[in-house]
Amino acid sequence: MVVQALKDQGVEVVFGYPGGAVLPIYDEVFQQNDIRHILVRHEQGAIHAAEGYARSTGKPGVVLVTSGPGATNVVTGIVDALMDSIPIVVLSGQVPTFMIGSDAFQEGDTVGITRPCTKMNWLVKETDKLAETIHQAFHVATTGRPGPVLVDIPKDVQFATGTYVEKPKAKTDHYKPRVKGDIDAITRLVEMIETAEKPVFYTGGGVINSGPAASQLLRELAEATGFPVTSTLMGLGAYPASGKSWLGMLGMHGTYEANWVMHDCDLMINIGARFDDRITGRLNAFSPNSKKAHIDIDPSSINKVITVDVPIVGDVGHVLEDLLNIWKARGRKVNREALGRWWKQIEEWKSIDCLAYKPSSGSIRPQHAIARLEALTKGMDRYITTEVGQHQMWAAQYLGFEDPNRWMTSGGLGTMGYGLPASVGVQIAHPDALVINVAGEASWLMNMQEMGTAMQYRAPVKQFILNNERLGMVRQWQELLHGERYSSSWSEALPDFVKLADAFGCKGIRCDNEADLDDAIREMLAYDGPVIFDCLVEKHENCFPMIPSGNAHNEMILGDVDTQGVIGASGAVLV
Amino acid sequence: MSPLQIKKGSSKHSAYDLRDPNAEVIETHTLAVSVDNESGVLARVIGLFSARGYNIDSLTVAEVDHLGHRSRITVVTSGTPQVITQIKAQLERMVVVHEVHDLTVEGPSVQRELALFKVQGKGEHRIEALRLAEIFRANVVDSTLESFIFEMTGTPEKVDAFAVLMQPLGLTEVARTGVAALARGKK
Ligand SMILES: Cc1ncc(C[n+]2csc(CCOP(=O)(O)OP(=O)(O)O)c2C)c(N)n1
Ligand SMILES: [Mg+2]
Repeated sequence: MVVQALKDQGVEVVFGYPGGAVLPIYDEVFQQNDIRHILVRHEQGAIHAAEGYARSTGKPGVVLVTSGPGATNVVTGIVDALMDSIPIVVLSGQVPTFMIGSDAFQEGDTVGITRPCTKMNWLVKETDKLAETIHQAFHVATTGRPGPVLVDIPKDVQFATGTYVEKPKAKTDHYKPRVKGDIDAITRLVEMIETAEKPVFYTGGGVINSGPAASQLLRELAEATGFPVTSTLMGLGAYPASGKSWLGMLGMHGTYEANWVMHDCDLMINIGARFDDRITGRLNAFSPNSKKAHIDIDPSSINKVITVDVPIVGDVGHVLEDLLNIWKARGRKVNREALGRWWKQIEEWKSIDCLAYKPSSGSIRPQHAIARLEALTKGMDRYITTEVGQHQMWAAQYLGFEDPNRWMTSGGLGTMGYGLPASVGVQIAHPDALVINVAGEASWLMNMQEMGTAMQYRAPVKQFILNNERLGMVRQWQELLHGERYSSSWSEALPDFVKLADAFGCKGIRCDNEADLDDAIREMLAYDGPVIFDCLVEKHENCFPMIPSGNAHNEMILGDVDTQGVIGASGAVLV
Repeated sequence: MSPLQIKKGSSKHSAYDLRDPNAEVIETHTLAVSVDNESGVLARVIGLFSARGYNIDSLTVAEVDHLGHRSRITVVTSGTPQVITQIKAQLERMVVVHEVHDLTVEGPSVQRELALFKVQGKGEHRIEALRLAEIFRANVVDSTLESFIFEMTGTPEKVDAFAVLMQPLGLTEVARTGVAALARGKK
């Protein structure tokens, strides 16, 4: 019945790992060919792979795990999906209903453990409710602000036969978040757009989640108004990096121009972003002179951290469509003259060239490695995942994304170990595409067992490891904040990544100087199969620009000069 | 607002929301939350409050519609206006929640709780306790030669006041249900 419900939902791939409490479902999976099961090496790998799959296709990712340890191993990924609004359906086995509460073998209170980190979860005690609950789970995961859900299924419920409820007959309850924005509010925003002198579009993951049409509408709106566009980490690709209104990413490691535009603007239009602390910096100094509008499908995101003048609850695509129509009907007005002045100012900020880095003296600068990766993969059918740390920020800064759903990274939770399994999930969804995980050596080790999965399913993922032999981002903070006392931020006793590749049966490449870099990258791209690329980079490079915690957008630091004591006492307690 | 002499935070009886959302005043609100009556709902709602650091001053829950499968949670909470707005938005977006009504701003409402008080004493104290109970319309629901249990319904303030009076007269235990509340009027 579970497999039937999944088929009805159009599921093609399930990422999972078997165990005693899910054997009946695995037996069903065995006896059919419509749904492909990807056997991972660790349940955390399953859920991150499902996240990668979901993020790169716009479809929900499905995970199947056993009770107890199987379920607890997916908790990190569930929180990750909740923070980044990724639609994930987890099916977990549970001990039989008559044993629940008896501390049975591999019993865990899975719905209790996952209650605060799922959008919704269910323990199904009656077989007659099973199919309907699974349909509801898909509905909840994919409607409104997407997120993870979990259905816990006791083993006796899996064995029993019950009545199957088809998808269209399943009650999807009252859960119908509103998608159309309030027309009066949208009209007010249009009026502000018509007169704004220093406007900016500040876009986020909501644009991507809303679907490709939303990105298209954003592009149309940006081109037609001529307003500058910046984006959060999660929103990269909604507006193309080659677009003429593009300012680069904003926030803690955002560009100089993007952060100054946010600080100085008079109209900030937040589209599907959530004023995260990595974006706002010090709240009382956040964009002090602007009127703010906020488009979000989740009413609880509005006025949570920043009070806005025009809140619009609705789906980005729907709202932008109405916004464009109203703006066009009223004569496509903008304040051209003021905009010209604004862009002149922006060009001045851009001329600082905040992403410039010092040329190398032989060894590879990590920024340069990413810049070369960008140059050599430009125009390819390319998907990027990342781990968490400096390399993640460099990837965001030096790679250009032209389309949505091409950039998979753990934003809200910052989960080391996300990138490798996510890359496998992406590759399963797009077998012929180029999928690269830009990794740090420390993060990569956290889920490296998933190379086995990549090998088994012939997923030719490219693991591009910027190996600085450091927990680089931690080391950077210790340099800036803790008097260069590098407590436990060394990556000691690293494996030989090339030999490791050998052991897995894939290709290993090592590169340690700039002269060989291009050829080495080409070799990686040309290889038909998974590659582990050990790119030995400068060990003490810092990631700039940076807005130190507790600082404002206009208090960014740009480079190695004067980095001592940049984080004040009040900023030091922040993360 | 000054010509009208309307104090900030006093929008209770006004058609307009005059409260300054940034004001740091702490307000107390009574929320009526209609939820699906299924297992784990209460844990879900309470979990939201603890996870996000919101206050619960009082909480009651019971099934109110068996056929419709609904329970009503009445929660009294306190926080700045911004926090109260967040609490409502966070509740509203939960899948199990059907409706959230802020009885404190949606017009006048009736609020009641039931309380039981055990008072031990002899002689003068016993007589005084009985006399005060009468004034407060509290009923004696259990009695020994040395103790009473009084039962009382009323607003939380009335219950508080009675508890304070009983303290010197031998109050040993109090059990309170928490607030149940309904908006006044037809709807
Ligand atoms: C699971 C987890 N544990 C700890 C952290 C804290 N953390 C953030 S970045 C980082 C260092 C990552 O090192 P590496 O993967 O080598 O990347 P680099 O910064 O060197 O590029 C750590 C430990 C985290 N984000 N996730
Ligand atoms: Mg590193």
